[in-house]
Amino acid sequence: MTTASRRLARLLPLTAALGVGAVLLTACGPADTGGSGGGNQEGKFTYLGQTENTTILNTLETLKGDQCAAAEEGAPLTADSIPGTTWDQQLQLVASQDSLSNLSMAAGTPSLMQDFIDAGQVLNLSDALEDLGVADKILPAAESTIKSLYGEGDLYALPTELNIEGFWYNKQLLADNGIEAPATWGDLIAASDKLLAAGIQPFSAAGKDGWPVTRLVGDYIARDLGADALDQVASGDAKLTDPEYVAAADAVAELGATGAFGDAVGSVDYNAAMNTFLTGKAAFFYMGSWALANFNDEEQNEIGVDNVGFFPFPAVEGGAGSIDETPANVGIPVMVSAKNYDEETTGAWLKCIVENYGDTVLAESGVVSGFALDNPPTDLPETTQTVQDVISNATAGVLWFEAKFTSQGTTVSQQNGGGLANGTLTGADFMKLVQDANDAG
Amino acid sequence: MDKVLGDKRAILVLLGPALLLYTAIMLVPIFWSLGYTVFDGNPIVGFTFTGFDNFARFFQDPTAWNAVWFTVRYALVLTVLQVSFGYLLALLYVFWLKRASGAIRTIVFFPVVLPTVAVALLFQKLFEAAPSTGPVNSVLNLFGQDSVDWFGFPTSSFWVIILLDLWRSMGFYAVLLYAGLIDIPEDILESARLDGAGGWRLVRTIVIPLSLPVLLSSIIFSINGTLKVFDTVVALTNGGPGNATTPLTVYMFRTSFAYGDYGYGSTIALALTVLCLLVTLAIFRSTRRDLTKG
Repeated sequence: MTTASRRLARLLPLTAALGVGAVLLTACGPADTGGSGGGNQEGKFTYLGQTENTTILNTLETLKGDQCAAAEEGAPLTADSIPGTTWDQQLQLVASQDSLSNLSMAAGTPSLMQDFIDAGQVLNLSDALEDLGVADKILPAAESTIKSLYGEGDLYALPTELNIEGFWYNKQLLADNGIEAPATWGDLIAASDKLLAAGIQPFSAAGKDGWPVTRLVGDYIARDLGADALDQVASGDAKLTDPEYVAAADAVAELGATGAFGDAVGSVDYNAAMNTFLTGKAAFFYMGSWALANFNDEEQNEIGVDNVGFFPFPAVEGGAGSIDETPANVGIPVMVSAKNYDEETTGAWLKCIVENYGDTVLAESGVVSGFALDNPPTDLPETTQTVQDVISNATAGVLWFEAKFTSQGTTVSQQNGGGLANGTLTGADFMKLVQDANDAG
Repeated sequence: MDKVLGDKRAILVLLGPALLLYTAIMLVPIFWSLGYTVFDGNPIVGFTFTGFDNFARFFQDPTAWNAVWFTVRYALVLTVLQVSFGYLLALLYVFWLKRASGAIRTIVFFPVVLPTVAVALLFQKLFEAAPSTGPVNSVLNLFGQDSVDWFGFPTSSFWVIILLDLWRSMGFYAVLLYAGLIDIPEDILESARLDGAGGWRLVRTIVIPLSLPVLLSSIIFSINGTLKVFDTVVALTNGGPGNATTPLTVYMFRTSFAYGDYGYGSTIALALTVLCLLVTLAIFRSTRRDLTKG
C-alpha cells in the first residue's frame, strides 16, 4: 500500500461517517407541512401569526379559557409564528401547498391577498358570518376599509385592529419653543425649522423600514390632490411620475434635505424611532394608533403619557383634500383558510371570535378593533379615548401610500423611503422607481 | 482494479445511486427552473405561457441591469482584493515567517469559520450610526468628524460589504495559495538566488509563474463565489439603501418569492448562470497561452 492509499484508507471511515450523518440529517428534516408553517392539522384550530404581534395570540389564549371554551374543546387552539420581515414570502409558500392555517394574519400586501382570494384560498366571510348569524358584529367603518383595501365586494378578513394615523408630538418640547400643533404643511415646515435652529431633532422616523416616511408622501397626496388620488394611480388614470404627484415626494425630500429626520435616519428602525420619541429626543412622530400600547407603557415612555399629543396630518395649502379625512387602516387583519373550513370546528371558533374579540382586546390590551362592542369599558386611558373620538368624527378614511401597489411596488417604495428622508433621493427619482416597479409587477 | 472497472455492471452499481440522487436533486430542478423562464405566474395563481417575454423584460429592466452592474463591480473588486491580499499573506507565510507562520495562519483563517450572519451583525454594530454610535463612528467623533451613516448611502454601503468579505475570506485564499507556494522546489529558488534574483525580481520571475496554476484556480474560485454573493448582502444591508447593493441573486430571490414571479426569477437565475460561465471561460482563455508556454 502506498502512502497515498494508506492516507485514503484512513479517511474512509470519516467519509462514511459524514455520509451517514448527512443521510440522517435529511431524514430528520420536516416530513410534513406541520413544521414552522402551522398548516392544517386534523381536529385542531391552527393559528399562524407574526412573531412581533403578540396581541392577537394573547387575546385568543384568553378567549379559549373563557368565552370560547366550547370551541376549544371541539378543536384545541394550536399557534405558530413567523417573523414579520419574511411574512408575505412564507405565506406564499404555505398557500402554494394548500396548507394555510385555519386562522392566520393576512398578507401584508393587498395585491397578494387578491391573489389568494382569486385562487379560492381565503374564506368569504360575508357569507360565512351571515350563515353563523354574526354579520352585524363587524363595524361598518372597518368593513368598508377592508373591502376597499382588497377591491372586493365581500369581506375576506377580520379587523383585529382599527387604527388611525397622524402626528404624535411632545407637548413639552413644543411649548418650550413656542410652537402650536401645526394645522398646515407650511406650519409644520416652520415648526421644523424653528426646532432645528434650537438644536432639537424635529422628527423621529424609521428610515430603515421606509414605510413611516412613505406614509408622509401618501398623506400629502391625499391632502393636496384629494383622497381618491391614489385610486387614480391604481386604475391607470394617473401616474406617480405626473408633476402633481412628484410634488408630494419633493415636499418630503426637501424636509429630509434639511436634516429634519436626524443624521442617520437611513439606519433607524421602528424600535429605535419609537425610542427616540419616547425618550424626548424628537418633537414629532408620525405613527399609527397601535403605538398607544407603547405610549401607555411607563417603562418605555420616559416623557410621560400626558405629555403626548396628537394632531392629524396637516392640510396642504390650496389642496383638494380635507384635514378631516383620516388615514386609517385595519393593521394586519386575520383571514380564514377556505381549504379546510368546517362549520363545526372552525365555524365555532369564528363565531366566538367575532362575538367576543372586540371587548376582550380592548379590556386587556387597550387596542381598538373593528368588532362591535357589547360591554365597552368605562375607564379608558386618555390617549385611547382620543383615538376613539377621532375615529367617530372622521368623515372618510384614507388608505396608505402603498395600499394599492403591487408586491414589487410596495417593496421598492419602502426600500427607498430612507433615501427620501436623508435627502439622497429627489422626489422625481423616487416616484420613477416606484412607478416602474408597479408597472413591472 | 482494472477488472472491476471493466465490468459494466460494477460501474452501474457504483455510480448508479449517486447519479440517480444527483439527477433528482440537481438536474431535475435545473431543467425545471429552465422551463419556468417561458412562463409567467406562481403556484398560487397558476402559470401562463409567455414565450420569450421574460427575456425581453430582462433586457429592458433597469433594476436588473443595476443588479448586474453591482454584481460585476462587487465580483471584480473583491476578487482583486481577496486574491492579492491572500497572495501577499501566503508570501509572508512562506518567505518571511517560514516555520513560525502557524499561529498567524490560524488567526488570519479564523474569520473563515465564523457564520456569515454573525460577522454581518458584528459589522453592523461596528459601523452603526443610530440609535447608538458604533466604534468606527466613535473614532471619527474623537477626531472631531461627524458620524457617517455608513448603511444610508450606496457608496459607503458597498465598501463596508467589500471590507467584511475581505476580512472574512482573505485567510482562506492565503491558505489556498500557501499550499501552492510551498510546492515550489527549494532548489529552483536557491539557484535563482545564486543567479542574483532577490526580492521582487524573484517573486516576479520565479514564484508567480510557478504558482500560476493555483493562482488561476483561486481567481476562478473567487470570481464564481463573488458573482453568487447572497448571504453577506442579505445579512448586512438587505440590498439597501434602495436597491443600491442588490446583486442578481438577491433580486432573483425577491422576484421569485416576494413578488411571486417564478418565471422572471428563473430568467434572472439563467442570466446569472450565463454570466458565471462567460467569466470563467474568459479567464481560462486569457491564461491558456501562458500555461502551455510556461
